[in-house]
Amino acid sequence: MTHTITFTFNGNAIQCEEGQSIAAALINSNQRELRRTRFGDEPRSIFCGIGICFDCVVLINGVANQRSCLVEAHDGMIVESAQ
Amino acid sequence: MKNPDAIVIGAGIVGASSALSLTNAGLKVLVIDRGAVSSGTTGAGEGNILVSDKDPGPELALALHSRNLWFEMQDDVGDSFELEAKGGVVVARRDDGPLMKLASEQSQHGVMIEKCNQSRLHELEPYLHPDISSGVFYPQDAQCQPMLAAAHVIRTVVQRGGEFISQAKVTRINVENGAVTGIETTRGTFNAPIIVNATGTWAGELAELAGSHLPIAPRKGFILVTEPTKKYIFHKVYDSDYVANVASSDADLQTSTVVEGTRSGTILIGASRERVGFDGAMNYEILRTLAAQATSLFPVLRDVQLLRAYRGFRPYAPDHLPVIGQDAKVKGLWHSAGHEGAGIGLAPGSAALITDAILGRDSFMDAAAFSPARFGRVKS
Repeated sequence: MTHTITFTFNGNAIQCEEGQSIAAALINSNQRELRRTRFGDEPRSIFCGIGICFDCVVLINGVANQRSCLVEAHDGMIVESAQ
Repeated sequence: MKNPDAIVIGAGIVGASSALSLTNAGLKVLVIDRGAVSSGTTGAGEGNILVSDKDPGPELALALHSRNLWFEMQDDVGDSFELEAKGGVVVARRDDGPLMKLASEQSQHGVMIEKCNQSRLHELEPYLHPDISSGVFYPQDAQCQPMLAAAHVIRTVVQRGGEFISQAKVTRINVENGAVTGIETTRGTFNAPIIVNATGTWAGELAELAGSHLPIAPRKGFILVTEPTKKYIFHKVYDSDYVANVASSDADLQTSTVVEGTRSGTILIGASRERVGFDGAMNYEILRTLAAQATSLFPVLRDVQLLRAYRGFRPYAPDHLPVIGQDAKVKGLWHSAGHEGAGIGLAPGSAALITDAILGRDSFMDAAAFSPARFGRVKS
């Protein structure tokens, strides 16, 4: 039996199933843009999905450069777009 | 291309800048590489353009001129190489005597130096370990993105009438009556009376195809790349024992601390040197050592994540000097290779030397110290 949890992404509540990665939860909520590049201000999303490319990095509970494809979502997490 | 005037083998930065210099001198140049642009040592370095790590002598003279030619080459090509005169900071963690002596000697030979006390050092590098109290600032040290530079330079050569062929491995060098006539490759045969061997670490293999010999061997090195961070490192910062390691001829592993930020926000951490042939294996012990040394210089890096590590093979010559000039045995075969860890910095200067030598012009310096003949003539 799956258990639904809630975290926030840039202040918006995102619901997902326990055990999903943050990236998977965001994609599932139609949130494709995870951050923008520092120089070109271009959108970035999941690229490799397996922790190699670092394109999907986000701030998690204030800690920068976390790969959203590798980190499991937990209830109450505060996730923000990295700069 | 039908009947090029010259064929440059190798599309790293040395080959690219040689091709540009020959093109600008009016020659029709064909550049070929067995892979893509920058697929060898150019693509595995840090983009160093350094004068600080050179003892007075011919290599320093070449480095000083070449450093200025880098800025001219970027202007000529008109694209950004991410070239930056960021300056180098060399710190002495123990006895600073040898560093200060070297700096004084360098300053007699055109190197700008500023000897720094603790407060000046920490003004230059605020995140440096507080115990480090002595160093030298070298404002002429610079950095570029070498893969970007090689790509822009090759494209300029093509725009000015040259040609580039990738994925063409040289299988034979044709020599008649002691002079080159052309090459055979996996993508066809090309004839020219001038062949420039700019194949870096692989230059010895190429010389052998022409029946000659160059004692170039690989000297392996690892580099760590951090996540993009806020600006913690403002110059190229390295420990003064780096200079001794660069000059060492020991085959065993040497590591010294080299840390620098890049335009893209990542920090590059080096440097290891070992002669283990073309063994490309990862070595986590070396990576740990490099990381530990970097955090001892900049404690703030303890909380920074690493993204990846890469490794490459510097073209090592037994006397640590590049090989620039005509082959000792085969006419028309010109070498510009063996620049070890300094190939990016020395590339445009080497290109000027090889172009002047090919055209029989006077050059900005005497290149005798770089002659391929210094290793002894190969008996036929």
